[in-house]
Amino acid sequence: MKYGLEIAVITLIIVFAGIFLFQDAAGENSWGGADGEAAELIEATGYEPWIEPFWEPPSGEIESLLFALQAAIGAVIIGYVFGYWQASRKNT
Amino acid sequence: MHIMEGFLPSPWWEIWFLVSLPFIVFGVYQLNRLVKERRETLPLLAVAGAFVFVLSSLKLPSFTGSCSHPTGTGLGAILFGPCIAGVLGLIVLVFQAVFLAHGGITTLGANVFSMGIAGPAVAYLIYKAGTRAGANTYATVFAAAALADLFTYVVTSIQLALAFPGTTGFLGAFMAFAAIFAVTQVPLAIIEGAIIALVFKYIVHLKPEILIRLNLLPESTIQRLKETAA
Repeated sequence: MKYGLEIAVITLIIVFAGIFLFQDAAGENSWGGADGEAAELIEATGYEPWIEPFWEPPSGEIESLLFALQAAIGAVIIGYVFGYWQASRKNT
Repeated sequence: MHIMEGFLPSPWWEIWFLVSLPFIVFGVYQLNRLVKERRETLPLLAVAGAFVFVLSSLKLPSFTGSCSHPTGTGLGAILFGPCIAGVLGLIVLVFQAVFLAHGGITTLGANVFSMGIAGPAVAYLIYKAGTRAGANTYATVFAAAALADLFTYVVTSIQLALAFPGTTGFLGAFMAFAAIFAVTQVPLAIIEGAIIALVFKYIVHLKPEILIRLNLLPESTIQRLKETAA
């Protein structure tokens, strides 16, 4: 099986994505972040964070931009290195 | 797994800084040696770091109805050990704390420990044990990366439960935090393990000599892996 592992991984991702076709998205958490949920749990005990982040992305869009940027930086590096290896193998 | 800014009271945030510090210092030392003595491994180091960048930026939904993100540190830990993975994790966490207000500067020590050190240590140990026992290489990588991801979130739950035992005591608080973090993480950990196993396959095919030089796989195993995929 030349592509056995690829097929297994793709199947897994499709199954993972497929779950969300059937799941009610409007559950009590409605796809919020787990980090925020933990923070709520802590705040429910009456705890107040003693320091605030010194800078926050001004809006959700800008936060998405920065997250996308983070992923893009990583993806470029991965693509570059694997492409370089692939090409240098073919040339030798 | 990011503990948000200000959500660890004193003395906990100082404690986690102190716990993480020796690992990071040793990681920087190891990195320096790697850069000097094994320059040919640097592209691989870049890939390991880039993986943390990509995977930790993807907030994926999970069947619990909330979103969380994989860590991507398993690859670096398998390839270079948990201390270097800790340095890679630190870079990503600083990026997220400064530019995204995700995590925080005061909670950096705790977050580096869970994502950069504790999780990767699990990946490293599982990989070493698996290869020594002669288990299937890709299955070992899968298990190492998936359990590293999951363990990162277990450690975060422990960190929060220690700081906020509440009225239920440490164990009760741990269960409450683990219900939020660890349960959500199970499917994401599986996906992360699968993706890292796949990447490992490409490394085996494109740059097997680096894996041999880093003492990660014997030549005979690499031959076998290449033949089964030929």
